Amino acid sequence: MATRPDLLRPNSVSRNRALRRIGTFVSYAALSLIAMLFLFPFFWMVSNAVRSNTEVLAVPVRILPQEYQWGTFVEALVSLPFGTFLFNSFVVASGVTAIVIAVSCLSAYSFARLKFPGREGLLLAYLGTLMIPQVMLVIPLFLVVSKLGWVNTYHGMIMPVAFGSFGTFLLRQFFLGIPKDLDEAAMIDGASRLRILVTIIVPLAMPAIGLLALFTFMGQWNSFLWPLIVTNGMEKATLPLGLTLFQTQQGTSWNYIMAGAAISMLPGIVLAVVLQRVIYRGVTIGSGFGGR
Amino acid sequence: MSQSAVAEVPVQPVQRRRFLKPDTQTAMLFLLPSFLGFMAFMALPIAASLALSFTNWQLISTPSFAGFQNYVRLFTVDPAFYTVLRNTLLFAVEYLTLNIIVSLTLAVWISSLRHGKAIFRVIFFLPTFTPTIAASVVWLLIFTPDGLADSLIRSLGLGLPNFLLSTTWAMQAIVLVTLWANVGYNVVMFNAALDLVPRHYIEAATIDGANAWQRFWRIRLPLISPTIFFATVMTAITSLQVFDEIYAMTRGGPGSATATLGFAIYQKGFANFQMGYASALAWVMFIMIMALTILQFRMQRKWVHYGD
Repeated sequence: MATRPDLLRPNSVSRNRALRRIGTFVSYAALSLIAMLFLFPFFWMVSNAVRSNTEVLAVPVRILPQEYQWGTFVEALVSLPFGTFLFNSFVVASGVTAIVIAVSCLSAYSFARLKFPGREGLLLAYLGTLMIPQVMLVIPLFLVVSKLGWVNTYHGMIMPVAFGSFGTFLLRQFFLGIPKDLDEAAMIDGASRLRILVTIIVPLAMPAIGLLALFTFMGQWNSFLWPLIVTNGMEKATLPLGLTLFQTQQGTSWNYIMAGAAISMLPGIVLAVVLQRVIYRGVTIGSGFGGR
Repeated sequence: MSQSAVAEVPVQPVQRRRFLKPDTQTAMLFLLPSFLGFMAFMALPIAASLALSFTNWQLISTPSFAGFQNYVRLFTVDPAFYTVLRNTLLFAVEYLTLNIIVSLTLAVWISSLRHGKAIFRVIFFLPTFTPTIAASVVWLLIFTPDGLADSLIRSLGLGLPNFLLSTTWAMQAIVLVTLWANVGYNVVMFNAALDLVPRHYIEAATIDGANAWQRFWRIRLPLISPTIFFATVMTAITSLQVFDEIYAMTRGGPGSATATLGFAIYQKGFANFQMGYASALAWVMFIMIMALTILQFRMQRKWVHYGD
């Protein structure tokens, strides 16, 4: 052991250690710089939300506002219908999430636990639809919804997007990992399948269900194309839609648009920060579909 | 005794029901909501979309069968189609390449850190959790004439035009924004995969004299190749559908410099009301996605390594 070169030449050890320390410092500094550049659009949004609109468009661009007008956030909610947009976004996102969870639990349980003729074929048909581009469905879905008289209604915004098969697969995958013995023991005790699902499987699958709820809610909260097609005007517009409506109709009030953008980003930012561990794990569950 | 035989008859249905497997009945009941939704909002629309693509329906008129007319018009008459196709492919290739390179670099970088991994992951993930439209609107302000981007270009003396007003640069702005908005997902996914690489593999390679570069290319990269494959397929599928950024920032312009398939379908269908023609475009997109996915699955044998 005494022949280890670093023991023979203590000078080079300290030099190596110093070099490594510098390397670590440079690595952190460079990555922090990139991270700051990455965060810059968020800063720019808030920085412009709290200026007057004339200052937003003033020609020598100022990084920080001359005058801070924090009232813009309240004014955007009160004087422009961003409050309505917020409410609509919330109704649609939570409506879709509730349906997705209920429907996916039931169908995932069927695919994971019940034997019935045609199971594999139906599963394959569900899986196949994951590759269909959304924009392809948008035209016929609009026709269905307008035939039903659902244009510009909440159910018109909710129902057509609440039956995707992604949730079924995610939960099925998770249910398969729950021991079958639990079901069988409960059946011997006389529990019905629904009771087993609700009282045994669902509580055990809470991590996966929570993840599905999170991704569904955020997906709907951020969704743009379907609300754009199925609504008209301000009354049922969601937040993302509201932002583009103001871009054309009141294209000059950038400070309000930035305040609206910030309001629409807030839930996502809070959830991403608070649930970062869950998301980190969840993303790897997601990667299990194609890869490992 | 013959009477008791008759009395046994009512019992039979009960026995038969048990014989027909209660599981099947439960499955039918449990699958009913999902199946109805699937038929009404998936299967039927897909079939309708295919049928529509063979009609020349303009929403007001009654649809009439047009055979392959829409598809023929696409490939032979419509001069805009090849522009749209070229824009879509250029965007997809450039965006996909940059996305994988940037996200892999950031993920390797983050996983090499001892402290603060979570903070960096969250920072790069933040834009993916915010509405694309909201992000696009912020970037629209950045790129507005005489705005931040313009003054930056001017102060650096780069002599570039305003990105969104330039036919050559507008698409680069869309790529940049899409990259910023979506790269975080792959960063987190690659980072997780890298963290799962067993430490003793790396240690063994180090003992055998592999340097950091070799350890990355020979050990970590092959080991995470299934994740890279999955990310590449998913990113390619979404990149061919790009729409939100384009709608919010350029509406396909200037001219048709940023008109992609996704935007063209929306425009033809819901601005020009050419539902049949737009449906044909949508099927072109679907076939491109299918072809690309099949191609990627073919190619995975060459570079994706599955452990055990």
